[in-house]
Amino acid sequence: MSTGTEQPQQLVDHLFRHEAGKMIAVLTRVFGITNLELVEDTVQETFLKALQVWRYGQLPDNPSAWLMRVARNRTIDLIRRQQKLANLSDELSKQLQSSTENAVDQFFLDTEIADSQLRMIFACCHPALHPEDQVALTLRTVSGFGVQEIARALMSTESAIQKRLYRAREFIKSETILFEIPVGQEFSARLEIVYTVLYLLFNEGYNSLKADELIRHDLCAEAIRLCKLLTEHRLGAEPSAFALLSLMCFQASRFGSRIGEDNTIILLQKQDRNKWDHGLIRLGYYYLNRSSTGNKLSVYHIESAIAAEHCLAPDFGSTNWSALLHLYDCLLEQKPTPVVRLNRSIVVAQLEGVHAAIDLILDIPGIRVLLEQHYIYPAVLGDLYGRAGNCNEGRRLLQIASQLTSSLAEKRLLQEKLEALS
Amino acid sequence: MFIFRGPAYEDLNLTPEESQASMQKWYDWIGELSAKGRYMGGDPLLKQGKMLQGNKPVVTDGPFAEGKELLGGYFIIKAESLEEAAQLAMGFPDFKISGSVEVREIMKIPMPS
Repeated sequence: MSTGTEQPQQLVDHLFRHEAGKMIAVLTRVFGITNLELVEDTVQETFLKALQVWRYGQLPDNPSAWLMRVARNRTIDLIRRQQKLANLSDELSKQLQSSTENAVDQFFLDTEIADSQLRMIFACCHPALHPEDQVALTLRTVSGFGVQEIARALMSTESAIQKRLYRAREFIKSETILFEIPVGQEFSARLEIVYTVLYLLFNEGYNSLKADELIRHDLCAEAIRLCKLLTEHRLGAEPSAFALLSLMCFQASRFGSRIGEDNTIILLQKQDRNKWDHGLIRLGYYYLNRSSTGNKLSVYHIESAIAAEHCLAPDFGSTNWSALLHLYDCLLEQKPTPVVRLNRSIVVAQLEGVHAAIDLILDIPGIRVLLEQHYIYPAVLGDLYGRAGNCNEGRRLLQIASQLTSSLAEKRLLQEKLEALS
Repeated sequence: MFIFRGPAYEDLNLTPEESQASMQKWYDWIGELSAKGRYMGGDPLLKQGKMLQGNKPVVTDGPFAEGKELLGGYFIIKAESLEEAAQLAMGFPDFKISGSVEVREIMKIPMPS
């Protein structure tokens, strides 16, 4: 037992979640992807055992290894039970027993665990799955999130998440998809989906102001962890993956400075840049460097370069707007979406003035509908009109924006702007 | 002695994160009791068991009580009085999941010297 001088022992943050992801991946290789329920039950039992034993005694020196050991033993038990049912001779049973142990132990090697996890990520990102289901399934099986936690993170209800997971599992069962890393063309295509899902996970945490701070932070950290996992695997260490990882690091470095103490939004120009996480910014540069090989310039490269540009400027005034404009031009070529156009116009406003920016926004295809449906368009355009001296139009648009968002923090920010215009 | 009763953990359907949080609370509690030199040891009890009862005892399989009152384990602690022991038991982490603590004094019978 621990004596008075010892600190209470601490588990690494999210250890259970991460171990759950590992165990699910390994056990899926043992029992097959169609047995996901058995796999999850086994993981649950392993945690129960840890909960029971660790609560009353000391933590094992290596909790992670302890958990894996229990899962391994349980796995072998389950297989033995199956073999007993087969009515084999004692001699054959014994032989099978030792070869089973050897085979199972192979799956529990560190390199194989990493491989299994990558397979699981790829399976969750199967192209036939609905994007929403891909995200939910990834959070559940790779990240070890509970249904309730997924619902909180994705701003959904538990029953909706249950439904998504059920749908995804049924699909996996009925299609008997392979628990393998695809090869050739299919590999690159699948990799793109993996990037999209990770990017989505990150943005869900980074942008959704509706979810609570804690779970949003978890989501961003989880996206970074999975992306890192990807880059650490020989097959996943692609330039685009490094670019995506660096983008996440740059963005995450500003996580804490975007929200004030009273839950108000602090805009980029007003953020205290000393509060940015400079360790993460350094990591961002490191991964951005590692991404600059090969001949493919992905959207993640460009978006990361944009984020890096903001991190480079010691204050808002010294932002290199012409470099940013060039980057947005590149991005627009690959990703000609309304949001990219909108962001580009904000850069143009800095370089050529608000009138040029207003014209660009009004030229976005489908802008009439966007202004009525997505709060960000009237919010940005209203702000620009206000700065251009057209206070009436500015107020009208900001009011629309305020009605379109359900986030209190966003409403408050818009309210402040409205007051400044009257 | 602290005797713990509460729901079986497997019935709670905890997520990995919740399991970890629950365990950490127990750890912190034991750490706190140990730091005060109060914690002497303890054990969890497995759910399965046997029960013998009656004039002509019949052996039945456990668990015995309602799900919410399962005997989960015990601590041996050192305290100056029953009141102090009860105060120490306030740190029990499972009150929120309708667990309970029974505080009892172990009777020491002095041996004649």
